[in-house]
Amino acid sequence: MRFIFKTEYAQDIGLAKHEGHVFWYSVLVLSLVAAPWLFTEYWLAQLTFVLIYSIAALGIMLLAGFTGLFSLGHAAFLGVGAYTQAVLTNMGVPFPVALACAAGLSAAVGLVVGLPALRVKGIYLGMATLAFGFIVEEVLARWESVTGGNAGIHLKKPNVFGWVLETEIQFYFLCLLLTVVSTLGILNLLRSPTGRAFVAIRDSEISAQSMGIHLAQYKTMSFAISAALAGVAGALYAHKLQFISPDQFNILQSIDLLLMIVIGGLGSVHGAFLGAIFLITMPQLIAMFKDYLPAVVGQAPGLQGVVYGAVLIAFVLFEPMGLYGRWLKVRTYFEVFPFYRKGMFKRQKSFQKSDRLK
Amino acid sequence: MQFFQLLISGVAQGCIYGLIALGFVLIYKATETVSFAQGELMMLGAFGGLVAMTMLGMPYWLAILSAVIAMALVGALIEMAVIRPILGQPAFSIVMLTIGVGYVARGLITMIPNIGTDTQALPVPYKDEIWKLGGLILNVEHMVVIAATGVLCVLLFALFRYSKLGIAMQAASQNQLAAYYMGIPVKRLNSIAWALAAAVASIAGLLLAPITFVHANMGFIGLKAFPAAVVGGFGSLPGAIVGGLVIGLVEAFSGFYLPDGFKDTAAYIVVLVMLMVRPNGLFGEKLRKKV
Repeated sequence: MRFIFKTEYAQDIGLAKHEGHVFWYSVLVLSLVAAPWLFTEYWLAQLTFVLIYSIAALGIMLLAGFTGLFSLGHAAFLGVGAYTQAVLTNMGVPFPVALACAAGLSAAVGLVVGLPALRVKGIYLGMATLAFGFIVEEVLARWESVTGGNAGIHLKKPNVFGWVLETEIQFYFLCLLLTVVSTLGILNLLRSPTGRAFVAIRDSEISAQSMGIHLAQYKTMSFAISAALAGVAGALYAHKLQFISPDQFNILQSIDLLLMIVIGGLGSVHGAFLGAIFLITMPQLIAMFKDYLPAVVGQAPGLQGVVYGAVLIAFVLFEPMGLYGRWLKVRTYFEVFPFYRKGMFKRQKSFQKSDRLK
Repeated sequence: MQFFQLLISGVAQGCIYGLIALGFVLIYKATETVSFAQGELMMLGAFGGLVAMTMLGMPYWLAILSAVIAMALVGALIEMAVIRPILGQPAFSIVMLTIGVGYVARGLITMIPNIGTDTQALPVPYKDEIWKLGGLILNVEHMVVIAATGVLCVLLFALFRYSKLGIAMQAASQNQLAAYYMGIPVKRLNSIAWALAAAVASIAGLLLAPITFVHANMGFIGLKAFPAAVVGGFGSLPGAIVGGLVIGLVEAFSGFYLPDGFKDTAAYIVVLVMLMVRPNGLFGEKLRKKV
């Protein structure tokens, strides 16, 4: 058990709570930097995908996990970012400028979608974003002069003011840099008054409003930041695959993004990363184990869907805090050994709160 | 003539959307949760009918009846197994849970050898028949959809208006706690609501099957039924049917009169406009949260 004696006010909002944090996160960053020399090319590519999805997950975590707004059409922002990047890169715009444009355009679209969010709540917001996602997908497929339609569009290699990132390793470091920057950005945002306002809105809109938080302003801001991060992730995704088509940004992608943060653990930054790792490694694990299953089950095209669905059901039923919640429990078990009790993380019994006026 | 032709196919398509939306609304009214598995329940219903007809060799009516009853049981089982333990959790958990149920259902179907991965036609007695009425060519499949939806609406109306069960369900949906105090078995009613929703969904699947085909991904049509439910107002049963008709008609006409691409997005454009103009839908109740 570790006891932290706070001697300064700055400690309360410090990014690292104690020396253990500093040590372990340094180890993590160092091993990520060393990763290109530790992993084979295939696993490095998977790691790059994990980083890219982590950026998107951070965005949707901010929106869903910290502001309490659920978007069922988040793949649309990913798509807007990816296509902006693709079109600008092919026009010869340098990578940083194109990335800024991708993030900016996604954020602008997010602002527009955020506007109905001010009027509708809960499931209606889900419907609005779902509808929006379908419309964006259709626009990407039909606006052939710009997006190339269903045939898709090829991308050139990223070009940072004349310096072309040719190899996978260089691109990996680019992703790593952007992931670290966005993680630090989100962490800083969350300990700022703005981030606190987001959490207050999530926990109770009415009390947040009574405390003087401008709901409309903060909700649209949350949408915009989340969309911008999705746009950045989309831009990197486009570069990684070097080919994008509208069906990569459909409803299933949106659901995957949500699945990622629910399984990772809603309301924790760690959860975004754990979810991204889950989403990328799961297909690999399934591919590894499916040869041991009977042919009818193992070779069925829906095997991955069944596994995802079953894992999702199991997490919602038994571990609503996701992978990060499970990790917290395991850690606490060892920290307080042998005094761990069953009820330490007991879910608060809540009664169904009706939204209806009766 | 073209206009009437479009009208009828739009109404028939709208009836399908309406029936699936009816399932959403039944579940929403009873348990205040939104089920994303409704389209998959519909798909399972269609497969149930297919199996009963082609593999078990049942006659048409018996096959329909057994498929619907089997789906009602499946619906009740889903409610008891996964929904009941987490009632009272945030609405979003339940949404994710039903998405998971949908994934599992869609995947499991593909694991059935020979049936799951293929696209099959449901052998119904009225397949490919047409009626000629003046200059109109009426597809019998469409007329059956419209007629069956009408009958089902009357039955559901009678259930909610006159039967003790229906009145108890209305009471529970208005105020669960008060209904519970009055001795209404709210939990059992929730199961019945899920069973009803699954049964309605399987009827929709069996009606849709002759028009499209039976395949594992036919459940995605459920995503078009959401706009129907929202346009009608999420808490209103007649609203679901009306919303479905609106979506079906808009889709049919925009597919014909507007450029390509509008057919698939028309439903979503309508729902976005609806959410901005009247967030509670055509028949929705006005909601305001109290502290």
